[in-house]
Amino acid sequence: MQFIQDVIYKPWPWYVVGPLIGLTVPLLLLIENKTLGISANLRHICTALLPAKSAFFQYNWKDHQWNLLFALGIVFAGIFAAVSGLLEYNFDIHPDLQKELAKHNVQLQAQAMPDFIFSTSALASFKTWLLLVAGGLLVGFGTRYAGGCTSGHTISGLSGLQWPALVATIAFMVGGIISANFVLPFLLTL
Amino acid sequence: MKNLNQTDGEVQTESVNQKTSLKNIFLFFACGFFFGFVLVKAEVFSWYRIQEMFRFQSFHMYGVIGSAVVTGIVSTYLINFFKRRKQSASIHVAEKKFHKGIIPGGLIFGLGWGITGACPGPIFLQAGLGYAGAFVLLLAALTGTFLYGLLRERLPH
Repeated sequence: MQFIQDVIYKPWPWYVVGPLIGLTVPLLLLIENKTLGISANLRHICTALLPAKSAFFQYNWKDHQWNLLFALGIVFAGIFAAVSGLLEYNFDIHPDLQKELAKHNVQLQAQAMPDFIFSTSALASFKTWLLLVAGGLLVGFGTRYAGGCTSGHTISGLSGLQWPALVATIAFMVGGIISANFVLPFLLTL
Repeated sequence: MKNLNQTDGEVQTESVNQKTSLKNIFLFFACGFFFGFVLVKAEVFSWYRIQEMFRFQSFHMYGVIGSAVVTGIVSTYLINFFKRRKQSASIHVAEKKFHKGIIPGGLIFGLGWGITGACPGPIFLQAGLGYAGAFVLLLAALTGTFLYGLLRERLPH
């Protein structure tokens, strides 16, 4: 049964996964009138773990347990996928992207994530830390400043036909295009 | 619990001190698991897919995000259509209010997204998948959110 094998061990096309992602919006609304938005969890974790005096962290994070549970579910989906070997297929990478990375002497493997940033051994390199720390700080800071990320603004905000979410989405894309085409290549030359 | 300054710069988080039932605890977790599993099947968490999107080398991510939004709009509309017929309360995504921070904040997030290829959902997924870099990323993102909280009063909103 090649078909069943492929469904389990191969990626699904966009027209299958896109609608499934979109369905989480009404699902959360139906369960308890909750709005999808994952980056808020970064704030809830800060509030729960750090005794901050800033007014921004003065609220009862336990009111948002549902969202932390949602994030925990995502973590467990990752563990499940890793344990059951769902990502052990050869990953396609666009030839132009391969060529570009080759210019920076990056060794590529046919897998989901590049070793030069995400593997344990890469953490011995300064450049890896620079990419991860700079990128992470910008993501954490920017999502809260914008009041949402791809899930909160783009998927659920646009699903609710809210124009501020469209403004946010355009800003995300502009920032990402600048970053991937100019900032990242510059950082890779360091 | 009174609603203590819960504005996010964006949304008033609804604070009703209701205990989440055991059933809903399971459902929220299951929803997250479903979401994460689909992100795996969509390869959305992959650094390469995000780089291809921002370089316009692949339609995949645009197809995923576009069809997710269309599904979100249509399914919410249909649910409300049937709810109105039964005269029960309709469902709505929480309101995203516009403020001046959306544009600089969005650009800053985009800059980070283009480097690490990860928005917050995929960071949690990558951590579960066991990528060492994802744990650094998560700590850095938490630090970024914390810094925003400290600087918030001085930023234009």
